[in-house]
Amino acid sequence: MTKKSDYMISRRGFVGGIVGLIGAIMSTVIGLPVVGYVVSPALKKGGREEWLTLAPASAAEPGVPTPFTFSRMKEVGWRRVRINRTVYAITNDGENVTVFSDACTHLSCKVHWDAERNAFVCPCHNGVFDKEGNVVSGPPPRPLDRFEAKIENDQLMILVEG
Amino acid sequence: MTTRVIDWLDERMGLLVVWNTIFDRKVPKVNWWYTLGSASLFLAIMQAVTGIFLTIYYIPTPEEAYSSVEYIMSDVAFGWLIRGMHHWGATLMVAIVFLHLLRVFYYGAYKYPREVTWVTGVFLFLVTMGLGFTGYLLPWNQRAYWATAVGSSIVGTVPVVGDFLLRVLRGGDDLTILTLSRFFGVHIWFLPGMLFILIGIHLYLVVRNGISNMPKSDE
Repeated sequence: MTKKSDYMISRRGFVGGIVGLIGAIMSTVIGLPVVGYVVSPALKKGGREEWLTLAPASAAEPGVPTPFTFSRMKEVGWRRVRINRTVYAITNDGENVTVFSDACTHLSCKVHWDAERNAFVCPCHNGVFDKEGNVVSGPPPRPLDRFEAKIENDQLMILVEG
Repeated sequence: MTTRVIDWLDERMGLLVVWNTIFDRKVPKVNWWYTLGSASLFLAIMQAVTGIFLTIYYIPTPEEAYSSVEYIMSDVAFGWLIRGMHHWGATLMVAIVFLHLLRVFYYGAYKYPREVTWVTGVFLFLVTMGLGFTGYLLPWNQRAYWATAVGSSIVGTVPVVGDFLLRVLRGGDDLTILTLSRFFGVHIWFLPGMLFILIGIHLYLVVRNGISNMPKSDE
């Protein structure tokens, strides 16, 4: 006759283990989809590139960064929303042009062109960039981001994505 | 290793005695109908968890509610699963809680010394029904809208104060953004808060008084 102590595992231990195992399986089956559920929007990328006509290139004063605004429709969740953006274009000859993003490279506040100081100034943490977008002072780690840009038939065009 | 960690924690927290009180208590030999309470608790927790995750995408306004639910169902990864669990869990919870109530009633388990457990249980049933009623409106589709139109109109038939109660329930004369907004608030804050407080009292009493024997034929 087998005694209680002869068993490898007690009845209580067995039941406890089974309950734990079922619990673990259920947590995994529910838990993993939940992670996907939460991160889902982060995995969607726009990725669509297109050339956008901003304005006649003559609208940009030679040698001075000039702001141009444009808006695009973007799919956000279940809605199409209008995203407004500003870029700064600078051209010396009306043929070659540099277009800067107005997003500060520090923590993405919007910089503006300060004509008096002859610099791009970020209001958040006093990041200052020169006319070429290089960092003059403040915390920004790198120069202002640039758009791929061109002038065709006197039209200023930039390549935007997303 | 595990034992040492548990011992270390128990020396400082003393939770083992709580654990043993809850899970090592003596129970009479009973049948499967006695598992309905645990099933109700499991469903309540599942509804809370899936509900919390649904609020990440759901927006309680007439303009956005329907679209945000559609978005959860068709665009969010496993959104169909989370909403599906909440949807079917709700129906199941009403059914299971009601069966639990019937079992306690037919076995006479509500008698001394378990009257307070029974009373909190009845309130738990009412809160569950309230959660079902308020949650039904939230998808803001035709079925939800008209079900709530009908359901809230019933409140209006109460003598004397019916009209006032109807206006309180709807937040005005009609089903509007105010109705959706208050149903949402009641669904995710007021009723779940009451539910888990009542569950706490209910479970304390179940552990304290023990569960009842099955009735015998000579009683």
